[in-house]
Amino acid sequence: MTGGMDKDLVLELPTDVQSIEGAVDFVMGRCSGCLEQGRKLNLNFRVGLTEALSNAMLYGNIKDPSQSVTLEVTIESGRLKATVRDQGAGFDPASIPDPTRPENVSRPCGRGLFLMRQLLDEVWHNDRGNEVTLVLRLDSGSALEGGAQA
Amino acid sequence: MSFQVSKSSEVTLIEVEGQLIVGNRQLLKQRVLEQLEGGDMKFVIDFSNTDYIDSSGLGVLVSLSKKIREQGGELRLSSLNEDLRMLFELTKLDTLFRITDNKEEALEGF
Repeated sequence: MTGGMDKDLVLELPTDVQSIEGAVDFVMGRCSGCLEQGRKLNLNFRVGLTEALSNAMLYGNIKDPSQSVTLEVTIESGRLKATVRDQGAGFDPASIPDPTRPENVSRPCGRGLFLMRQLLDEVWHNDRGNEVTLVLRLDSGSALEGGAQA
Repeated sequence: MSFQVSKSSEVTLIEVEGQLIVGNRQLLKQRVLEQLEGGDMKFVIDFSNTDYIDSSGLGVLVSLSKKIREQGGELRLSSLNEDLRMLFELTKLDTLFRITDNKEEALEGF
């Protein structure tokens, strides 16, 4: 690992999709020294984090402005890890259909989790389904070529 | 995100500046639907100056394409950078749109 954050990052965001871009930019700025391969950070991690925050606000908290979303970012053992937690009831990730199947490809929604799984090295949810953790390995190769482990 | 709308022959060209994401997707959707309701049928959305489209932005493009097709029209996309091309390929949305390297190619023969 080269560079990195000086300490772990914890943000509490309002349920307001307008806040996502600024929050992601802030995190990216703090992580900019993490990778020699900028594309993995600027594309894979940025996309995954944006999708996780978006899902938390739109589907987890159901756009309820009285609820918040917590984002924790850590770097440990050569892994950049982001955990996004909403205050909703949770969901079953297995219930989300594959958006690339012919019958789903023209649907306007349902691609967020798919993109996370494609672009990050690891993606997992807690049992309740209101928390997702994204992991990007800070070594060469991985996510773009491989995608998330089941 | 901002965008400029212009007409070239019968084609409405929308040039997007900045990211198309969950926080601003409705702006683009609303403007295209206004043009569609005004009788425009052929659309090109150019992403020369766009580095990122999230899944909500992709969803808006899918939704607009469907509405335009229902009216007998077509939506073409142009100038996607390498990263955006990859997102379209990953999601298989490259099979849903005609995607060209630049706006001139999209306008050609439309």
